[in-house]
Amino acid sequence: MTSEALSLGRARDFVSRVCPVTGLRIHAAAERLVLTNAVTAVVFLLIGGVMALLVALTRWPTVGLLSSSPELFYRFLTAHGMNMLIYWIIFFEVAGLYFGSAIVLNARLVQPRLAWFAYGWMLGGATITNIMIFMGQGDVMFSSYVPLRAHPLFYLGTILFAVGALIAVGLFFANVIVAKAEGRYTNSVPLVTFGFITAAVIATFTLLGGVITFVPAFFWSLGLTSLDPEVYRLNFWSLGHASQQINLAAMVSIWYLLAFMTTGAKPLNERLSRFAFVLYILFINLGSVHHLLVDPGISIAFKLFNTSYAMYLAVLGSMIHAFSIPAGVEIAQRAKGYTRGVFEWLRKAPWREPGFSSLALSMVLFGFLGGTTGVALGHEQINMIWHNTLAVPGHFHATVVAGTTLAFMGLTYYLIPLIARRELVGKRLAALQPYVYAIGLLLLIAGMMAAGWLGVPRRVADITYSGAPVVATFPITAYIALAVFGMGALISVVGGAMYIGIAVASLLMGKKIPASQEPPVVTAVPTSPAPAEHKMPGTLVLVFSFLAFFILVMVVNMLQLAQVWPIR
Amino acid sequence: MALTPPERVWWKRLGRQERLWLGVSLVFIVALFSTMPLWHLLARQNTPHLAYRVSPERFSQLTNDFIARYQVGEEAGIPIVRPPEGDVYLLAMQFQWMPILELTKGKTYRLHVSSVDVNHGFSLQPVNMNFQIVPGYDYVLILTPSEAGEYTIVCNEYCGLAHHQMTGKILVKE
Repeated sequence: MTSEALSLGRARDFVSRVCPVTGLRIHAAAERLVLTNAVTAVVFLLIGGVMALLVALTRWPTVGLLSSSPELFYRFLTAHGMNMLIYWIIFFEVAGLYFGSAIVLNARLVQPRLAWFAYGWMLGGATITNIMIFMGQGDVMFSSYVPLRAHPLFYLGTILFAVGALIAVGLFFANVIVAKAEGRYTNSVPLVTFGFITAAVIATFTLLGGVITFVPAFFWSLGLTSLDPEVYRLNFWSLGHASQQINLAAMVSIWYLLAFMTTGAKPLNERLSRFAFVLYILFINLGSVHHLLVDPGISIAFKLFNTSYAMYLAVLGSMIHAFSIPAGVEIAQRAKGYTRGVFEWLRKAPWREPGFSSLALSMVLFGFLGGTTGVALGHEQINMIWHNTLAVPGHFHATVVAGTTLAFMGLTYYLIPLIARRELVGKRLAALQPYVYAIGLLLLIAGMMAAGWLGVPRRVADITYSGAPVVATFPITAYIALAVFGMGALISVVGGAMYIGIAVASLLMGKKIPASQEPPVVTAVPTSPAPAEHKMPGTLVLVFSFLAFFILVMVVNMLQLAQVWPIR
Repeated sequence: MALTPPERVWWKRLGRQERLWLGVSLVFIVALFSTMPLWHLLARQNTPHLAYRVSPERFSQLTNDFIARYQVGEEAGIPIVRPPEGDVYLLAMQFQWMPILELTKGKTYRLHVSSVDVNHGFSLQPVNMNFQIVPGYDYVLILTPSEAGEYTIVCNEYCGLAHHQMTGKILVKE
């Protein structure tokens, strides 16, 4: 009605092509921006990956690569954190936001010039901060807790990056609104776009958090103002933790997308899945307080409310997705005739398809290792036996690396034929890559968790404490755990290198796919409308096993907590 | 499909299995939440919440007075103090914990910890209890050592290039 009238008057035509697989109309400018942002992301993944190797080989005590030059270890660890947690992830998410708005909605990307401007700011900011880190002017870690001081340009680079990313997020919202006004889609947006809207809403307050953290820190670093260290910590985590919640929302959207592309799965119930995303928007950012549970100056009531994400309503959101996605896959697979027993649908799933194996491994590692430990270490009292131990990086490598990064990798294998229109080079290697990466990460995460459980701290160059005034020793089991971690790190670096190799080789040398020919990897099968009551015994077994494991993790942590000295 | 707009009427009723999982999840999250307030009521390991604002100069003064009063020895240049039950001071600085404390098992101490420079992490090993130490804040850990032995304090918040040399000690006597 009104929107149609508007669309007739205002809809602007744009240079585009039609995707032969999905039937989507692809705006040429949007395509270039998606590709450029994604490739830039992979470049930062490469830098972060090299740093990962150097850092991991130092923390593996038998190797102890940089233990005699600790300043390099701390420098490389700072670079690892910034390049992985911020640049790789957010550049890829900007690619995802343009994809999820312009391309999925059949629409144009409004203001491509502004999008290139945003890209320039992000790249400029990331470059400045990286230069400062590698020049030794920012040995302050990813968190850069005031009053540890870095060069003012370190903070300025982060501000530039945050402003650029905010512009990109603004463009995403503009795309969605303009697409509606121009009548590119009717009714509601698709679930994937809904998930990206969730990520964009979270990104907006996250990046604003970045601005309120780093603008004062910039002026403080110039010696112009004073800054309370605890206020800085509170503000910092509104960026530092919340940015990982953008990942969560983007990753879950990509899970739905991969489930559809590889098995033809439909969201089980659009209402429930969207409700779960809304729970993220409302509650997930309260989790930032997990970093402050054993900080001075914070009241019990504040900790209790925030640490439980308002009585774990955000966790409920994740429990819903954990059910909806496998259920969608099970129904789609059963519709294809894989109906024998409880698990034939899962056995006959396309396990050789990197998109499916990435989805499955990402969900399992994220849920079992990342999700449960996140709730455990974010428990007000249990946090005392976790805070700043190596188990904390163990947790977030399960979420951000095994979860988000693996899901992004899986999506890349579809973006290359669909967006870059190149055939994958090394398809057999691509089929293997998610398994190599996941096995490496499983060992890495298990090693970090076990070492942290035994008290080994994070962010330390050497746990032998040689030369320290008082000798501190860790049990031999901690050294075994760190060796498992080190070997896992080596395997996952190989998996990461495989991914970068396949992506770069395909983009440069992959056979061009003509516009009329179907890209070969995608196996999407549209499903017929399903009956109202579905059968999904396999999913029920999976989710109840997950719940049992979750309860076990909490109980084990509580038993351990009960062993420590009485304290209040 | 996740890639296409939903049908016009997508507010479908939830299926039986979905309702079951949603119900179980709701019960689970409420139970999970109640473990935290219940732990405050029933258990003895709770997160300390008492803190005072303190300037680095004032906290150094308090620690020095405390050391002067109760010092019983010295190890590697660090004073060893044996305080009675009550207020005890521990100062964190790049890259040392000051002083070494000698406590008695089963007695309750108000352990004041603060930093005079940057953030530090108080990590007591091998019991594995960890707290954030922030300059400008006197964090009061009211604790009762429950077992005799020698415990080390390692710094587990990155505090500078010699962070991995920052250790301290607490001795617990029967």
